[in-house]
Amino acid sequence: MEISDLKIVSANVRKDIVKMLELAGSGHPGGSLSAVELVVGLYFKHMKFNPKDTNDLSRDYFVLSKGHACPVLYAVLARLECFSLNELCTLRKIGSRLQGHPAKDKKLPGIEVSTGSLGYGLSIGAGISVGMKRAKKNNKVYVLMGDGEQQEGSIWEAAMAASQFKLDNLCAIVDNNGLQIDGAIKDVMNIEPLADKYRSFGWNVLQIDGHNFFEVDRAYSQFKETKDKPTAIIAKTVKGKGISYMENLTEWHGKIPSKELVQKALEEIDVLIKK
Amino acid sequence: MVEVFGKKATRFGFGESLIELGKENSKIFVLGADTASSVAINIFRDMFPDRFLNVGIAETNLLGMAAGLAIAGFIPFVATYGVFAAGRPWEQIRTTICYSNLNVKIGGSHSGLMVGSDGATHQALEEIAIIRCLPRIKIIVPCDFIETKKAVIASAYVDGPVYIRYGRENTPIFTNDNSPFEIGRANILREGNDVAIMACGTMVYEALMAAELLGKKEIEARVINIHTIKPIDEKIIISAAKECGAIVTAEEHQIYGGLGSAVAEVLVKNYPVPVEMVAINDTFGESGNPMDLMVKYGLRDVNIAKAVQKVLKRK
Repeated sequence: MEISDLKIVSANVRKDIVKMLELAGSGHPGGSLSAVELVVGLYFKHMKFNPKDTNDLSRDYFVLSKGHACPVLYAVLARLECFSLNELCTLRKIGSRLQGHPAKDKKLPGIEVSTGSLGYGLSIGAGISVGMKRAKKNNKVYVLMGDGEQQEGSIWEAAMAASQFKLDNLCAIVDNNGLQIDGAIKDVMNIEPLADKYRSFGWNVLQIDGHNFFEVDRAYSQFKETKDKPTAIIAKTVKGKGISYMENLTEWHGKIPSKELVQKALEEIDVLIKK
Repeated sequence: MVEVFGKKATRFGFGESLIELGKENSKIFVLGADTASSVAINIFRDMFPDRFLNVGIAETNLLGMAAGLAIAGFIPFVATYGVFAAGRPWEQIRTTICYSNLNVKIGGSHSGLMVGSDGATHQALEEIAIIRCLPRIKIIVPCDFIETKKAVIASAYVDGPVYIRYGRENTPIFTNDNSPFEIGRANILREGNDVAIMACGTMVYEALMAAELLGKKEIEARVINIHTIKPIDEKIIISAAKECGAIVTAEEHQIYGGLGSAVAEVLVKNYPVPVEMVAINDTFGESGNPMDLMVKYGLRDVNIAKAVQKVLKRK
């Protein structure tokens, strides 16, 4: 898919996120919006994934370690026609397959594993990667993490293991929007220098602008060419990206805009598409 | 007399059955956390290096990677000391494995006081309680070496998470290859209608010995091996309550939340009868010779027999 098309998909995904969160009445807009290009670039260009058969054994695997950002994943899966766009309206409602955090047991096509408790995804991804290697299969594994999540110790257990086992089929993506619930990451519990940390753990590290499709595209391509070590893509992003009143504000981690502000957001995104 | 066919630690039953499974099923994968030899998965490691992984001293990653291997289509068995297999990665077991209903089998070795001289830090006495409250997982506490082998084989062929609790020390072998074993179905090892003793793990042998002691006093005790704590065999418990009228539970585990609690839950809802519980009485263990500890903490046949006499007075 061309970058111009990826941008249109991203705009639609942003609108889906805002609309479904408005209907849900709760959820996490900031960290969903910051990850849009990272997830769209993956599913619409780089991942081997069959929306008609999401359990296809030749698929690449995606683990949303920052489970609270599931609106972006749900929107992308719906845009790929894994299920209907209408089902996005059921987010967080009783009986829905679209739980507040991804739930494998609800059998929504495309959800590999339940996530939401932070710090778990990288181990899960490393386990799938080892499984693929031992089964002599070429499937790739992508794990999208938050940057606040890097404060969890289990991430570093997994980071050590992925390097030890030379998991070059594993790509960790850090949505580096710089904010967590209690404020700026650097003030709460600084994770920097993050790239150096991953490098010193033996990873191939790529630092990119997570909203620039040229860079996102190139990073995923470089991951696929890297041998003998896992890749970490540290993507600088903006929390609440694309909606002016949300950008870079911690308060939009888990707040739902009013009806008027939703309208304003949708108009802003429409203006961007027309550009 | 209780017939005994030698002594062997249940951990070796765990390890040996994994080798059998490894030979017959290429999906069997074993993960360890630096304790391969002490939890008896070292032979599997040496025979099937392509299906073994040592993650080092990192138990949250141990369970997380096992979850990933299950997603990748393998049947992963993890094994380490029970404290580290159930305690530290409890949330991975809950949120990643049980909530996703992943096919991960967890071996919790070094259960109970019988760990001995390492002391309380390494004596797992709480796993049944903290694992039992999780939806979807099954818990098996086999009574001897032979039953541990059967439990491991059976768990490989049942879909979804299973926790198997086993031990380090040599303990009597008193079941044989023909003894029945089915997950979720308890076994009556001795008939009797005066009282029922329900035990799991190492305490099953003590229960049989206790029944011998009681027999001399003309008290006929039914002994039931509740090897599966979850799902628990409600039918056999209710029948015993109706036919015996009093129950004693026995486990090498904390008194809160373990087998005794599980049996009591069934009884209060269906057929309440007096119950006494032989278990660790809300305290930590300590260093010492395993059998000395069992005596000090009241986990021997005589303690069960005493509990029986107490419960009979309440009948």
